Amino acid sequence: MARQILEAIADGILGGGVYALMAAGLTLIFGVLDIINIAQGILVVLGAYLSYVLSVHLHIDLFVGLLITIPVMFVLGVAIQVLFIRPLRGSERTSMTLLACYAVALVIEGILYGTFGPDYVTLNAWYTQPNASVKVFGFYIGDIYLFGFGLALVAVLALYLLLYRTTFGRAVRATMQDAVAARLVGIEVNRVAALTFGVGVAVTAVGGMMYGATSGGFSPNSGYDLISRLLAIIILGGLGSVGGAMVAAIFMTTAEALVDIWQPNWAVAVFYLVLALVLIIRPAGLFGRRAVRAQ
Amino acid sequence: MIGDARRSAAASPPDEANPDDHGPDPAASRERLAKLAGLVALIIVVVIFPLVFSNATITEIAVQTIIFVAAASAWNLFSGYTGYLSLGHAVFFGAGAYAVGIAARDWNVTGAAVFALLPAAGLIAALIAVPLGLVALRVRRHTFVVITIAFFFIAQLTATNLAITGGSSGLLGPVPDWSANIFNDPFYYAGLIIAAGAVLLSFVIRRSRFGLQLRAIRDDEDRAVGLGVHAMPVKLTAFTISAFITGMAGGLWFFFLGQAFPQFVFDPLFDLAIALMAFFGGLGTVAGPVLGAAVLEPSQLYLTLKLTNDYLSEILLGVLFLVIILFLPRGVLPTAGEIISAQRAKRQRRSAGE
Repeated sequence: MARQILEAIADGILGGGVYALMAAGLTLIFGVLDIINIAQGILVVLGAYLSYVLSVHLHIDLFVGLLITIPVMFVLGVAIQVLFIRPLRGSERTSMTLLACYAVALVIEGILYGTFGPDYVTLNAWYTQPNASVKVFGFYIGDIYLFGFGLALVAVLALYLLLYRTTFGRAVRATMQDAVAARLVGIEVNRVAALTFGVGVAVTAVGGMMYGATSGGFSPNSGYDLISRLLAIIILGGLGSVGGAMVAAIFMTTAEALVDIWQPNWAVAVFYLVLALVLIIRPAGLFGRRAVRAQ
Repeated sequence: MIGDARRSAAASPPDEANPDDHGPDPAASRERLAKLAGLVALIIVVVIFPLVFSNATITEIAVQTIIFVAAASAWNLFSGYTGYLSLGHAVFFGAGAYAVGIAARDWNVTGAAVFALLPAAGLIAALIAVPLGLVALRVRRHTFVVITIAFFFIAQLTATNLAITGGSSGLLGPVPDWSANIFNDPFYYAGLIIAAGAVLLSFVIRRSRFGLQLRAIRDDEDRAVGLGVHAMPVKLTAFTISAFITGMAGGLWFFFLGQAFPQFVFDPLFDLAIALMAFFGGLGTVAGPVLGAAVLEPSQLYLTLKLTNDYLSEILLGVLFLVIILFLPRGVLPTAGEIISAQRAKRQRRSAGE
């Protein structure tokens, strides 16, 4: 039993890295644009399918393929922001942007159904095989989990450097703090918003590849499962807090892996139960800066 | 900002005249008469509709449309009036469906008696809404939306994993015992009663003190609280009423289609569809969701019949939503009302100039 628990914790932490990355993109978009990108779940699935196409049809390694899929997803994110999010203004903006993202998600899901059909597919490479694993302290850990966790760490570090060590990052953080003031000091808020949306969506390329390689199969329908988890993570972490999202992601996946030992059917429910409990005690989430913004 | 809030609270949508406005203006009273005549004509049309168009395909579409009129009105009664966007109303729809299904199965209710279960289905949905509302209504805006989505997934997961709901294979509905050639009519009239109740309730609430409190919360909750609105009970009441109607609609939907399984009654597209209907017609108006449901549901059913591809109708729903949000963000009715009153003002200016 102790061994199972230790394994579950290891799985949770290694798997949590990828969720942390996807959730970081989502919460970053919220922080800067004040919208929740409901389409993040299906975008992850789209990222997975892009990796699938590259690896099956063009025989490009999954990790190398990211060099193509990341820029593609970035451009797609910028396009979504410019076409569907930027024009929305006025008092109903919150609802409008949410529904616009939902509509974008529907369109992408429909296109994926039309292109790939409803069947589950998986991403395969030599490091996703069950016997490709390394022994750490007597536990076998799949290569893909190690590689993926390493990649997630690199990506999170890159995101951190982008936010805290570049001029663009300063502009992003300034916009997060106060969009009006940022505009006053000469930051092109619209450009920052579009690029942030692009960055937030670009991480789904990495997330999608890892999800496709580790989840045991995905279909166009997988977006709902993903987005529900991601939403729970960013609320738990506190909307707009990138660090909070990362902690919450690892906490949630570990909790899920632990419950999975005894109650596999209800493991996913952990996400929502933790969420409900936290909200009853602390509506702002664990690391929330403010529960409610003035309207 | 202050001016904004006051203006939007004071401005009533153009489809409803101000009740205090009993001026001697003959044009206004003529207009009111015309509206009344239109309403009576509409009632006559919807009542005799299945008798005139008795084709089974058409009445089937009519039944589903009328159920969506009820559901969209119920959604608007909460989300449209308060500005709290709920994307979890499928929870209540599904709860109503399962309530009818479980009651009919366990107590052997068949035939027309099943209709008597619908209020109980609404009650179950309302009972579920109270604790959900107590948790979710503590937070606002995005967080509220996300919580309602989370409730939706919990409900789906619960229905899949419990024995009482039949797990992932779901439930079969009670079999109707009336003759096949009027098969759809009882469903239609049951739906009509629920829908009429929802619309009437929307109308009454909108003009009541309660409705004013709801809209004050939508415009600025902090200020409404400062002015003495007890926000939590007011929001919770609207949420519960909305859930009650949605639950009845869900129960009827289940009885009509004869089956329920988790992915089908707890459908994320349901939440999006009713929101789209309300947005299309005009969020927060009484007639908006009715118009939205009456236009969108038949079109979607028709397209699904024609295209026979689920994914195409999914893409179309998404594209339609984007088009409406981008080009008609305030809905058909408010936009049409603006155009009419702008033209009327122009005419008046012209006649004053003569």
